[in-house]
Amino acid sequence: MSAIIETQGLIKRYGDVTALAGIDLVVQPGEIFGFLGPNGAGKSTAIKILSTLLKPTAGRATLAGFDVASQPGKVRQSIGMVFQDPSLDNRLTAEENLQFHAMLYHVPRSVRQDRIARVLTMVDLLDRRKDLVSIFSGGMKRRLEIARGLLHEPQVLFLDEPTVGLDPQTRAAIWEHVRRLRSESGVTVFMTTHYMDEAENCDRIAVIDHGKLQALDTPEALKRSLGGETVIITGDAALQGDIAERYGVPVQASEGTVHFQMADAAQFVPRVVADFPGRITAISVKQPNLDDVFMHLTGREIRAEEATPLDRMRMMARRWGSQGRR
Amino acid sequence: MQAIQAIYTIWLREFKVSIRERSRLVAMFAQPLLYLLVVGKGLTSAMTLRTAPGGIDYLKFMFPGIIGMSLLFTSIFAGASTIWDREFGFLKEVLVAPVSRGAVALGKSLGGATTATIQAIILLALAPVVGVSLTAAVVAKILVVAFLISFAVTSLGVAIAGRMKSMQGFQMIMNFLVMPLYFLSGAMFPLSTAPGWMKILMRVDPLTYGVDALRGLVFSSTLIQLPLGGTQRLSVLARATGLIRWSLGFDVGVITVVALVLAAAGAMSLSGAE
Ligand SMILES: Nc1ncnc2c1ncn2[C@@H]1O[C@H](COP(=O)(O)OP(=O)(O)OP(=O)(O)O)[C@@H](O)[C@H]1O
Ligand SMILES: [Mg+2]
Repeated sequence: MSAIIETQGLIKRYGDVTALAGIDLVVQPGEIFGFLGPNGAGKSTAIKILSTLLKPTAGRATLAGFDVASQPGKVRQSIGMVFQDPSLDNRLTAEENLQFHAMLYHVPRSVRQDRIARVLTMVDLLDRRKDLVSIFSGGMKRRLEIARGLLHEPQVLFLDEPTVGLDPQTRAAIWEHVRRLRSESGVTVFMTTHYMDEAENCDRIAVIDHGKLQALDTPEALKRSLGGETVIITGDAALQGDIAERYGVPVQASEGTVHFQMADAAQFVPRVVADFPGRITAISVKQPNLDDVFMHLTGREIRAEEATPLDRMRMMARRWGSQGRR
Repeated sequence: MQAIQAIYTIWLREFKVSIRERSRLVAMFAQPLLYLLVVGKGLTSAMTLRTAPGGIDYLKFMFPGIIGMSLLFTSIFAGASTIWDREFGFLKEVLVAPVSRGAVALGKSLGGATTATIQAIILLALAPVVGVSLTAAVVAKILVVAFLISFAVTSLGVAIAGRMKSMQGFQMIMNFLVMPLYFLSGAMFPLSTAPGWMKILMRVDPLTYGVDALRGLVFSSTLIQLPLGGTQRLSVLARATGLIRWSLGFDVGVITVVALVLAAAGAMSLSGAE
């Protein structure tokens, strides 16, 4: 099958800020494709370009065979969008928001009600359909937005940080929806996230930092590429440099510990303890996860568990912000 | 066909939202009453029109002006709600949909015009309080003109709001554009008695032609008893003393051209929107 999304040398500059510095990627139909990167990496910018909301400064992108810059109408009809920030009308009910969307996307009147009921059932909001969105919780709004993104049966569903600030149950439920959806309708899912554990759910992951692709592969292959396991050592301040020098591996330090990748790490542990007598207070070995991949690729840690202040603000906006008053 | 459905969809949402919000609904009924009773009655007791013939007191003179005022404010707010839509994210949902920006702007302007015209109907129901009588045909004509004016003004609101990123900017627009538009429209005082430099500004203000058309229509079916016996239409008297200046056809022509230009500006402003 031919690619559903393809970009060549995609560049976006805002003044002197380079948000995207030349992105080349190919997404196959039916894939769950993850865009992984820290705040400001350029994830939302890429999604906005692919969804025709922004024009690239240079480069080309096609979606479902249509050029995003020159055939925006065709592209828009083919995609569903769940934005990072809220985009519902809080003064309408859940059902009215969906009706509005169905009419805008020319969903035939004869199937409108059925489809609305179906997507509402999928996100567990059927019994709340007559409620104004303004009284919904953040998670309910998010689920409604996802339902809305699917209403017109798009070929590609864009999810920009769909689960930020949601509780673990809701996150799990949303993932379940996404996977079910893909198996039922074959939709391609293009999502961004900076939750590492979530990225594991993707078929393939593109790691992006400073507007550049750092790696693109399946989660397993990315982890395998590190070679071996992750060794985490707590000890004195000079250990980072000394270990790097002694074993010739890149060593990262964070929060009083140093980590590095090592093949056959279990056998390595006694050796390192012997090599640095009295300097190591704790040592552990674990299977590498995507955090380690990210750290390896960028030399930085991505904040996986806590929400950043920006995320928290976004969450508040989702909960309270849109009491649209005129 | 698809464009028409898109326009209708946007219109429907505008309309639903505008009648749903209680504060807006209250404002819709209370504002005209307030303008008419407080502003109109209050000023009437303090002012007499230098140029007015016997039958036209200040309240009658102001009545069409108050309709114009309510049209102006309601529609500029309707247009400016684009800023709110952007602020609360809803605009993105609309802009990423497969509909042209022109259809979005048009739906929005028609929605604002609908709300403003409903408010005009409420105001017209107060005509007896002012001492003006209206026929069904005249009311129909007034509503057409009212719709045209508010369509133009909502488009103006969309055109400005589409380029604006914050709500603060809107306050500036209100103070330096909307208020002058209103004060220079001939709603509060007639053009004929204004100083020369102001006359020029008043002729430039498109709302002047709206108010002139409204005044001509509102006065057209009221008969006034003449001091020397016999009756005369209020509109004829007003025209004779310069309170109404242009023909209905000319006024409507000016408003239509302005409405078309502003509608195009509204559509263009949304095309630039991100
Ligand atoms: N409208 C804009 N004007 C100027 N700079 C912008 C604009 N939008 C984004 N940027 C910049 O472009 C870069 C990439 O932003 P983008 O929103 O794509 O990041 P992101 O990966 O989505 O981050 P996050 O995880 O915080 O959502 C950032 O440096 C940001 O400051
Ligand atoms: Mg983002």
